[in-house]
Amino acid sequence: MHATGIGASVRRKEDQRFITGQGHYTDDINRPGQTHAYFLRSPHAHAKIKNIDSQEAASAPGVVAVLTGPQLATDKIGNLICGWMIHSKDGTPMKMAPHPALAVGKACHVGDAVAVIIAETLAQAKDASEKIKIDYEVLTAVVDPAKAQAKGAPQIHEIAADNTIYQWHLGDPKAAEAAFASAHHVTKIDLINNRLVPNALEPRAALAEYDSGTDQLTLWNTSQNPHVARLVIAAFVGMAPEHKLRVIAPDVGGGFGSKIFIYPEEVVCLWAARKVNRPVKWTSDRSEAFLTDAHGRDHVTHAEMAFSAEGRILGLRAKTVANLGAYMSTFSSSVPTYLYATLLSGQYDIPQIYCEVDAVYTNTVPVDAYRGAGRPEATFVVERLVEVGARELGLDPADLRKRNFIKSFPHQTPVIMAYDVGDYGATLKKAMDVADVKGFGKRRRESARHGKLRGLGYSAYIEACGIAPSQAVGSLGAGVGLWESAEVRVNPTGSVEVLTGSHAHGQGHETTFAQLVSERLGIPMDNISIVHGDTDKVQFGMGTYGSRSGAVGMSAIVKALDKVEAKAKKVAAYMLEAAEADIVFQDGKFTVAGTDKSAAFADVALNAYVAHKFTGAELEPGLKEGAFYDPTNFTFPAGCHICEVEVDPETGNTEVVAWTAVDDFGVLINPMIVEGQVHGGIAQGVGQALLEGAVYDANGQLLTGSFMDYCMPRAENFPTFRVETTETKCPSNPLGIKGCGEAGSIAAPVAVINAITDAIGSEDVIMPATPSSVWQTLQRIGGRKAA
Amino acid sequence: MPAVAMTVNGKSVTGDVDARTLLVQFLRENLRLTGTHVGCDTSQCGACVVHIDGKAVKSCTVLALQAAGAQVATIEGLAPNGAPLHPMQAAFRENHGLQCGYCTPGMIMSAIDIVNRLGHDLEDKTIREELEGNICRCTGYHNIVKAIAAGAKAMQGQPAGQQAAE
Repeated sequence: MHATGIGASVRRKEDQRFITGQGHYTDDINRPGQTHAYFLRSPHAHAKIKNIDSQEAASAPGVVAVLTGPQLATDKIGNLICGWMIHSKDGTPMKMAPHPALAVGKACHVGDAVAVIIAETLAQAKDASEKIKIDYEVLTAVVDPAKAQAKGAPQIHEIAADNTIYQWHLGDPKAAEAAFASAHHVTKIDLINNRLVPNALEPRAALAEYDSGTDQLTLWNTSQNPHVARLVIAAFVGMAPEHKLRVIAPDVGGGFGSKIFIYPEEVVCLWAARKVNRPVKWTSDRSEAFLTDAHGRDHVTHAEMAFSAEGRILGLRAKTVANLGAYMSTFSSSVPTYLYATLLSGQYDIPQIYCEVDAVYTNTVPVDAYRGAGRPEATFVVERLVEVGARELGLDPADLRKRNFIKSFPHQTPVIMAYDVGDYGATLKKAMDVADVKGFGKRRRESARHGKLRGLGYSAYIEACGIAPSQAVGSLGAGVGLWESAEVRVNPTGSVEVLTGSHAHGQGHETTFAQLVSERLGIPMDNISIVHGDTDKVQFGMGTYGSRSGAVGMSAIVKALDKVEAKAKKVAAYMLEAAEADIVFQDGKFTVAGTDKSAAFADVALNAYVAHKFTGAELEPGLKEGAFYDPTNFTFPAGCHICEVEVDPETGNTEVVAWTAVDDFGVLINPMIVEGQVHGGIAQGVGQALLEGAVYDANGQLLTGSFMDYCMPRAENFPTFRVETTETKCPSNPLGIKGCGEAGSIAAPVAVINAITDAIGSEDVIMPATPSSVWQTLQRIGGRKAA
Repeated sequence: MPAVAMTVNGKSVTGDVDARTLLVQFLRENLRLTGTHVGCDTSQCGACVVHIDGKAVKSCTVLALQAAGAQVATIEGLAPNGAPLHPMQAAFRENHGLQCGYCTPGMIMSAIDIVNRLGHDLEDKTIREELEGNICRCTGYHNIVKAIAAGAKAMQGQPAGQQAAE
């Protein structure tokens, strides 16, 4: 193995600037003549806006402009859109309601932006906002997704009767019905997948600048996919032609999905910057983030699993109501459909699956993809059903899983996916060994001696990452292709710049991508720069989400490197006066096979540019190649996590005392970074299971609107994690990578809940399993039932 | 607007500030020391931790005027102008104690304060409890805890700035 190549835990290149305070996040950037934007937001969940009087505010000190929704239409600024078309089972298209960047006529959630004040300083903008008088007629709010479709519920959008966006289904209902009719036992559960607030630590921000001389707009923003932001803002919002809009996403402080989407604030900042002909900057504060960043999850599900007498799974049925909030966010429609129901086969050979999903509007913040996006929800359904099923059938939960694992590949599930490769028995076995499942009985007795209830929970999860190929996702309704691009620029001195359409916001691409190039070209890491996040530098890209940057983004780099090597061989052949076919490239050196004639990579690079050894008719000068890569299939990372908890029956408090993760991510580029991704994912998943949950009151007020009310995981909530891997190489990309970014958050919640229910002897546990809710369950059942 | 004077990273600085200006705003906007970050508005996240007269303080809960005359140290002061890294900075890199980097300056400033108060031999449990006021959304804290334990040891008897071997 190359010391800095694939498989080495190389320390991160990007760390130097972050540990010295020299990063460049959007809010760190300031432009000459900059003004500040402050958004006045609706305090009501559902209200008609009868009148806005901004006269006094407009003449307040420092105010440059006050803008409201109706002016958007005057200036022909279009609405925000959802880019994934879902059709209902009756064939009708989803009901996408208008989503103007500033509310027009009606506010649909607390935090909906109603006006923006542009002023010399942020303090002046805030002061002026208090002088704006808005006449609201408060309407009854729809908050609970389970009641959104009820007769007589207030209608939020004219286009969507019964607040229903779509009624979608997947699978064969009749075949599923037959499977259930033949069952020896049916396990039935009702689940709520709790609503989460992503809370990347860097709040969203936007800084827009207009150059009237060139009619060019520039946007610095906190985006996971700046090119898609440019495309949507140009083509759908109609802000400016694509070639007149530059989007730069510099250092971005975490995303977890929430920074994929195109938000009203960046549209308004661009619009305002052109109107006032000065740069306009907006930085969200945390309270605003709670009210405007797209939330995650929020499913209400009834699910059933049919078993044979031998403990074989015969079928799975699920009916889910998915809350999409007040407006359809950019990719919201895909999350509870093609990112959810397609994963309901889990790691199991299930002959029949049928899933129905109703997506509804409510007067809450829009809901969209959050780390895992649909797959945590699917894993929660499957792994709760299997666990509860095992308990009802009196079978060991690990044995029941083994009995039903898919063992031969490729495997076509009844819900679209064709799993390419995996060894689920191997990950389960290794996890059981590392977690010392054999010694659990002893540990449980030890806990009991201290008055604690100990439980063990499994989660054998699967996910689909590297969403592709484009043709397939297009047939499922995606409005974009999901390939990735790369350009490898070799400089005359032999240093290399790689321009990638992926975007790093914590994943360490500057290191892992450079490892790939270092190994392939035999040049030091220091001679390689990874360039991303600027639409003027990188021609196009699809960004980073869905654990796609390794499997798709790096594969594009491989394809470009193939072309660079091929061209460099031609140059070397002229230099070494040999036939191109005789040139061998290894360890950074071009050699004429069977001779000691060679040229170093840097010499070949220089010769490519000085072009003294060949004519223009023979070979084009230069050494720069690009590639677009579209994978042949999704990738299917899978693994087994085992959680051990101790519940204190006196207080209901749950402590996670041990965590084992064994994941099959295919080939690892940098194991240190992969482990870090797993750690972070587990923490978010444990957060969902034990601590986090967005709570609205009946009027649609967000009660958990700050870090004082919404419980973010802290260091003391976790044990030291035991993280291991197994490997089956992914066959659908050249590196054999599967992706690792979301695994922890997909696997973890159900492992925790399976452990708590094991500990207390009741399946009646909700997320977050707070001390109060677990204690109440314990009171209801009269203490732990006999195991 | 009132004037304020203090020492930041060893340098005397002055500025005219609105009375409501927070110390973190003064550092970021007036002095352009943007390594200190703002991650919340309720003094929970700790991204803004700096040292005031040698103690870790959340600079979002202090008015700039309250820091008049104080010695303030920020992340930029630990290894200025390309000086060798502080052992705690080096430990965060060596142990992969950061991902997006946003919480990192506050984490490092808090970590140094923990070592200053509690010494060089820190148990994981102690570190985890001490980090109650610092939120990280990326790392699951696992490698931050490792980094702080290692950084604490490296700070012992080593001149500040000695770089951990890669």
